[in-house]
Amino acid sequence: MDVATLFFLSSGLFLGWSLGANDAANVFGTAVGSRMIRFTTAATICSIFVILGAVMSGAGAADTLGRLGAIDTIGGAFMAALSAALSVYLMTKAGLPVSTTQAIVGAIVGWNLFNLTDTDPATLTTILSTWVICPILAAAIAVVLFKLTTWFLRRANFHMLRVDAYTRAALVLAGAFGAYSLGANNIANVMGVFVPSSPFTDFTVLGTASFSSAQQLFLLGALAIAVGVMTYSERVMLTVGGGMLPLSPVAAWVVVMAHSIVLFLFASRGLQAFLIGLNLPTIPLVPVSSSQAVVGAVLGIGLMQGGRAIRWRVVGSVSLGWVFTPLVAGIVCFIGLFFLQNVFGQPV
Amino acid sequence: MAFSKPLSILRRTRVLEGEIDEFMDNLSQSSLAFKRAVKIFMAEGRSAEFEEKLRQVNTLESRTDDLRRGIERQLYTQTLIPESRGDVLGLLENLDSVLNLFQGALWGFFIEKPDIPEELHGDYEALVEQASSAVEAIVLASRAFFRNVEAVGDHMHKVMFYEKEADKVSTKLKRRIFDSDMDLARKCHLRHFVEMIDNIADRSEDVGDRLAIYTIKRRF
Repeated sequence: MDVATLFFLSSGLFLGWSLGANDAANVFGTAVGSRMIRFTTAATICSIFVILGAVMSGAGAADTLGRLGAIDTIGGAFMAALSAALSVYLMTKAGLPVSTTQAIVGAIVGWNLFNLTDTDPATLTTILSTWVICPILAAAIAVVLFKLTTWFLRRANFHMLRVDAYTRAALVLAGAFGAYSLGANNIANVMGVFVPSSPFTDFTVLGTASFSSAQQLFLLGALAIAVGVMTYSERVMLTVGGGMLPLSPVAAWVVVMAHSIVLFLFASRGLQAFLIGLNLPTIPLVPVSSSQAVVGAVLGIGLMQGGRAIRWRVVGSVSLGWVFTPLVAGIVCFIGLFFLQNVFGQPV
Repeated sequence: MAFSKPLSILRRTRVLEGEIDEFMDNLSQSSLAFKRAVKIFMAEGRSAEFEEKLRQVNTLESRTDDLRRGIERQLYTQTLIPESRGDVLGLLENLDSVLNLFQGALWGFFIEKPDIPEELHGDYEALVEQASSAVEAIVLASRAFFRNVEAVGDHMHKVMFYEKEADKVSTKLKRRIFDSDMDLARKCHLRHFVEMIDNIADRSEDVGDRLAIYTIKRRF
C-alpha cells in the first residue's frame, strides 16, 4: 500500500478512533462509570470483540451503505469519512451527543449531491426509518428484559452481594456481546465508504480461510476503533451513566443488552437468512446508531418507572443532535469535496 | 484458568455473605444474652452467672467489631456493591452501636450495682423485653435488606411498635420511681438505668429509619 492510499485511509481511521472513543462508552460506560468493572478489563474485552464483530459480521450493514452512495474514488471516500469524523468532533465539542452512523449517512448524501448522483430513495428511507425504529425497538426490548430480570431477581431472593457478583459477570458478557454487535454494525460507518475503492486484494490463509479485501479494510478500521477505546474512551465512560437517568447496575445491564440486541438484529446476516427461510419479514441490515439504541433503552426503563426521574433537558439535546449531525456532516462533506476537487485537483 | 477468577469472586462473595450473617447472629445473641443477664441480676445481683453473660456479650461485641471492620475493608478494597456500600457501611456501624449499648448497659449493672426495689423488677424486665424485641425486629429487617428487600417492611413496623411500647414502660417506670419514698440519689440512679435500656429501643428505631431510606434506594 502506497503512502497516498494510507493518507486517504487515515480519515477512516480517524473516524474509527472517534467511534471507539465515544461508542465504547455505550457498551461499557455504565459498568465502568459505576466501578462495577475496571477500565482496563472493559477496554480489552471491547477491543477484542469489536475486531471480531467487524471482521466476521461487518459486511451486511456495509452493503446497505454502499447502495446509498457507491463512492468509487478514494478521494471521495476520504472526504466522506473526514467530514463525518469532523462532524463528530465538532458536535462533541459543542456538547451535543453524536452518532457516527448519522454523520456518515449525512456525508454520503453530501457526496451524492456534490456529484449530482441520485440518492437511492428506497435505501435512504430504509436507513431513516431505522433511526426511528432503533430507539423504539431498544426501548421495547429494555422494558421486557427489565421486567423479566427484576421478576426473576425478586423470586430468587439472592443475597445483595451475590446479585452484585452475578451482575458483574453479566455486564462483562453483555459488554462482549455489545462490542461484537458494535463492530458488526458500525464498522460500515468507518470503512464502508472505502469498500468500492479498497486498496487491498482478497487472499486465502493456509488454503482454507479466505480473507476478502473488505474484511482486511474492516480489520484495519476495527484496529482504529480499538485504539480509540484504549486511548480515549475512559474519560467518556466515566462521564456516561447518570446523564439522562440514574441507573442501577441491573438496569445498566438491561440497557447494554437491549442496545446489543438491537445492533445485532440490524447486522446479522444469519438471522436474515433464518427469517427468509421461515418466509417472515426480514430486518434490514443497516448501520444503526449505538447512541440512539442506548438512549431508547434508557428512556424505555425511565418511562416504565413513571418518567419522573428522566432529565428531559438532556433528552432534548440528544434529539437535537440527531437532527443536526447528518445535516452538519452533509454540508461539511459538500464543502470539503469542492476544495478537494478544485483546489487539490483530486477526483472525488 | 479463565474460570478461576469468576469462581474465586463467587467464593469470596459466599465468605462475605457468611460474615454478614454472623454479624447479625451476634447482635441477636447479644440481645438474648442481655435479656438473660438482666433477669439474673434482678434475681441474684452480680452473680457468677451474670458475669458469665457479661463476658459473653463482651466477646460477641469484640468479634462483631472485627467482622464489621473486615466486611467494610472488603467492600471497599474489592469495590463490591458500589451502589449500596455506603448504605451497608452505615447500617453495620449503626447496628454495631446497638450492640455497644447492650455492653455499656451490662457494664453499668456490673460496676454501679443499682439497688432496684423488688416491686420494680417486673417493670425493668418488661422494658428489657421491649428493647430486646425491637433489636430482634431490626436484625430481621436488616437480614431482609440483604436477601429480600421486599420483606424489610414486614419487620420494620414491629421495630416502631416495640420502641413505642418501650417508651410507655419507661415513662411508667420513671413515674413509679419518682413517686416512691426513695432518696433522690437512688431515684436518679434508677432513672439512669431506665434511660440506658430505653435508649436501646430508641437506637433500634433510628437504625430502622435509616434502613427505610436504604431500602427505597435499593430498588432494582
